[in-house]
Amino acid sequence: MADTSSRSRDLDKLLLRPGNLVGPRFEPGPELRDDLQAFAKVLVVGAGGLGCELLKDLALSGFKNLEVIDMDRIEVTNLNRQFLFRLEDVGKPKAEVAAKRVMERISGVQIVPHFCRIEDKEIEFYNDFSIIALGLDSIEARSYINTVACSFLEYDSDDNPREETIKPMVDGGTEGFKGHARVILPGITPCFECTIWLFPPQVKFPLCTLAETPRTSAHCIEYAHLIKWNEVHGGVAFDPDNPEHMKWVYDEGVVKNIIPAIASTNAIISAACVLETLKIASECSKTLSNYLTYNGSEGLHTEVAEFERDKECLVCGPGIRIELDTSITLQKFMDLLEEHPKLRLSKASITHQGKNLYMQAPPVLEEMTRSNLSLSLFNLMGKLPKDVVHVNGTTIKNDQKFSCLRKLRVVFKGVDGVTDMDTAGGA
Amino acid sequence: MIKLFKVKEKQRELAENASGGPPIKKQSAGELRLHKDISELNLPKSCAIQFPNGKDDLMNFEVSIRPDDGYYLGGTFLFSFQVSPIYPHEAPKVKCKTKVYHPNIDLEGNVCLNILREDWKPVLNINTVIYGLYHLFTEPNYEDPLNHEAAAVLRDNPKMFESNVRRAMAGGYVGQTFFPRCI
Ligand SMILES: [Zn+2]
Repeated sequence: MADTSSRSRDLDKLLLRPGNLVGPRFEPGPELRDDLQAFAKVLVVGAGGLGCELLKDLALSGFKNLEVIDMDRIEVTNLNRQFLFRLEDVGKPKAEVAAKRVMERISGVQIVPHFCRIEDKEIEFYNDFSIIALGLDSIEARSYINTVACSFLEYDSDDNPREETIKPMVDGGTEGFKGHARVILPGITPCFECTIWLFPPQVKFPLCTLAETPRTSAHCIEYAHLIKWNEVHGGVAFDPDNPEHMKWVYDEGVVKNIIPAIASTNAIISAACVLETLKIASECSKTLSNYLTYNGSEGLHTEVAEFERDKECLVCGPGIRIELDTSITLQKFMDLLEEHPKLRLSKASITHQGKNLYMQAPPVLEEMTRSNLSLSLFNLMGKLPKDVVHVNGTTIKNDQKFSCLRKLRVVFKGVDGVTDMDTAGGA
Repeated sequence: MIKLFKVKEKQRELAENASGGPPIKKQSAGELRLHKDISELNLPKSCAIQFPNGKDDLMNFEVSIRPDDGYYLGGTFLFSFQVSPIYPHEAPKVKCKTKVYHPNIDLEGNVCLNILREDWKPVLNINTVIYGLYHLFTEPNYEDPLNHEAAAVLRDNPKMFESNVRRAMAGGYVGQTFFPRCI
């Protein structure tokens, strides 16, 4: 189709020609363009203001295999910026309508929608994608996807990340006229958890101020939410998108505290994210290193900061590798941790895949886990040839005692399936 | 990375029907930090912690407090804790499950404790919160009221406040409000 060739005209300038900023493995040519279409599979997390933009931009940048996941349905208040949705779509799942609209407008693109919570999908679902693009507005959701993506990361016995296990993420976020775009290559650039301090803790007003002397409209809103609502509607959760609920809050004399979502901010941040996605996949240029901020409230200001990894990050770091015999008991393992030169860890409490193998305190948990001490660690860990456990306890450095939390890559000797690659995952 | 994607996509197509293992749970950084807090708990004798969902769910637990001093001596007060996966970026959500006549706890169980809201910092931990709650009973404070009537009585007539607390804890009415026995 003539239509298709004209559509890739701009893309061809990046993919068919050599350049100075290209990656070492970049091989320009039509094969690269075709491979991007055939083999790059991108998941868009979130189909809200930013998600709609990401989906459209990815589809227009030559990506043909897309999936989108979002648990929300379309609300009237979304229509001003979530441009894929129409009035008659109100009440329908965002992911489904967004996928349908983009496929209608851009021929040849396949978009599979998933109308569910991100936690509802098996972990392996996320491993199927080449790149994950995040268009989310919550720290919780970002932190979850980050944990999952980092869990695929494996380190070799020299603690270097194995490239084929790196699940790249491109994360966008907007709030009013401000936004950010970042590239997360687990094991190489800082993960979300390495830099969680970037997100200021949410402002929470004292409850008594809200009840006693609400001074600002923000106080009133929280008061209505947290205290008044429960007094009147005990048991029914407040839903800001339910018109009746909102009318009640309105009648109480307060309005919803929303930082207005600005369509142009979404468009700019999405463009940055999709360009990075294209760069990661094709290596047609160096990627953003590694965090871009945008501020459009006074003039236009963008800046790129290079954040550093937290080498001891519990989520993306390699942890400490320990080789063990399958016969070792939990108690013996704990003794080893005390003697281990890198650890010197006493009073250990140990957790594996959400199961508490041993807890030093409180007494009620110590009692419940004490019987594990004489059992074999290999059995307690579900007979896996290798996996991550987390240990906390007390360590001694320069004659001083520290409380510490460590990630350990346990490898059992002589168990089938063990190679020199250990999983970093499981944070 | 497209060459890598290509290899992986081809492998995936080949392995299409390979069965996956049992679903595994990934612990968030918040869960791990909470694990540390819990394993290092050092509670006074007057406070006890329970895990209603067993030893592997630390994100939801209950703390009972039996003040050994002050107006509330002899009562037992149960608090529920709900900890978010992004803990300690966010404070735990704490509710008082025992209906109590208290200036800083309302009748729905909302608690006005600064470190649970405006003064929460990620360096704080579960131990600090439990101590904070304990102090609410030894030193109730009429300056940050959630229950206005109780606060006014404490401020203007501490003797009457004391007898109101006694009556409520024994199971009885204070004004129009009934309080179940909690001694
Ligand atoms: Zn990290």
